[in-house]
Amino acid sequence: MEMLQQPWPWWAAGILIGLTVPLLLLLGNKHFGISGNLRHICAACFPGNIRFFQYDWRKEAWNLFFVAGIVIGALIATVWLKDPNPVKIHPDLARDLAAVGVTNMEHLVPKDLFSWDSLLTWRGFILMVIGGFLVGFGTRYAGGCTSGHAIMGLSTLQWPSLVATICFMVGGFLMTHLILPYILAL
Amino acid sequence: MENTATTTQKAFRRVLPEETDAEVRSLHAMCVNESQIVLPWWHNLSYLAVGVLFGIVLVKAEVISWFRIQEMFRLESFHMYGVIGSAVVVGALSVLLIKKLQARTLYGEPITFGDKTFNKGQIIGGLIFGLGWAMTGACPGPLFAQIATGATVIVVALLSAILGTWCYGYFRERLPH
Repeated sequence: MEMLQQPWPWWAAGILIGLTVPLLLLLGNKHFGISGNLRHICAACFPGNIRFFQYDWRKEAWNLFFVAGIVIGALIATVWLKDPNPVKIHPDLARDLAAVGVTNMEHLVPKDLFSWDSLLTWRGFILMVIGGFLVGFGTRYAGGCTSGHAIMGLSTLQWPSLVATICFMVGGFLMTHLILPYILAL
Repeated sequence: MENTATTTQKAFRRVLPEETDAEVRSLHAMCVNESQIVLPWWHNLSYLAVGVLFGIVLVKAEVISWFRIQEMFRLESFHMYGVIGSAVVVGALSVLLIKKLQARTLYGEPITFGDKTFNKGQIIGGLIFGLGWAMTGACPGPLFAQIATGATVIVVALLSAILGTWCYGYFRERLPH
């Protein structure tokens, strides 16, 4: 039990995430991909007159069940498998974050940046509202996210997915090194 | 029941001739492999179970951690590279095995793979998503998981992501692809 409570090593996570691919295929020929759910939610709740949302989202219901499972799983991990120790992070990152007032390491999602109070600050608003928007807009524009392109796409050797994955990383590096320092300093 | 499904399918085909094209659909994370078997809804609970396992892994391996994503982009930790890299290796080996054995689903249907076609969206959209990934420290799956770890404010980021997807749908025809 104690072993399960500690942060799991990368290889354990990699194997389990990798096995999601054949599991979904064997259960019903389903292709692993999560960002599509954001589209299904649009199609189900506010399709408007937009062609992109005019399809039978019920056929993709399995994926909404999958995402509901993620929420339940995360809840289980948080309630019963919680690691009582603070999050261990690289000393350089800790130093840079401390310089901008981010010192709370109790949660995987830093409280100093992501909280209801910080939503009303420029920093929190940009990270959550703008950041979230870019995730939703970008994944759909790219036709997939880390699961659909990086894991499923690369597993099936699709070169467009490799292009997408490289661009995900390039975008992340650009944000982290060129833009984020200014946002965090706000 | 089956009749209704066929009628709906036909209706959609009439409205969207090109969207039903398997290639286009595969680009947009649509289920390209529609099962011919009509199963009761509770069969979807098996996908819920896989999701539960996936959700536990995301939290316990700290894949949903904003710090881990920062360390990845700052090249301060191998963790995320290891997670994604080994997941791809396991995924690719499984796919290879499924193809080699011509494995079928639990219900005896063939397992099929479609090819993705390249378009500019993978570059432009990919870069946009990358920017957001480093800001929120989350891709779409972890957004859902972060909320369940108690960071309830991430609901706002998730709603914003849904709005982003909606805006993409709205402007789609005017964007370069």
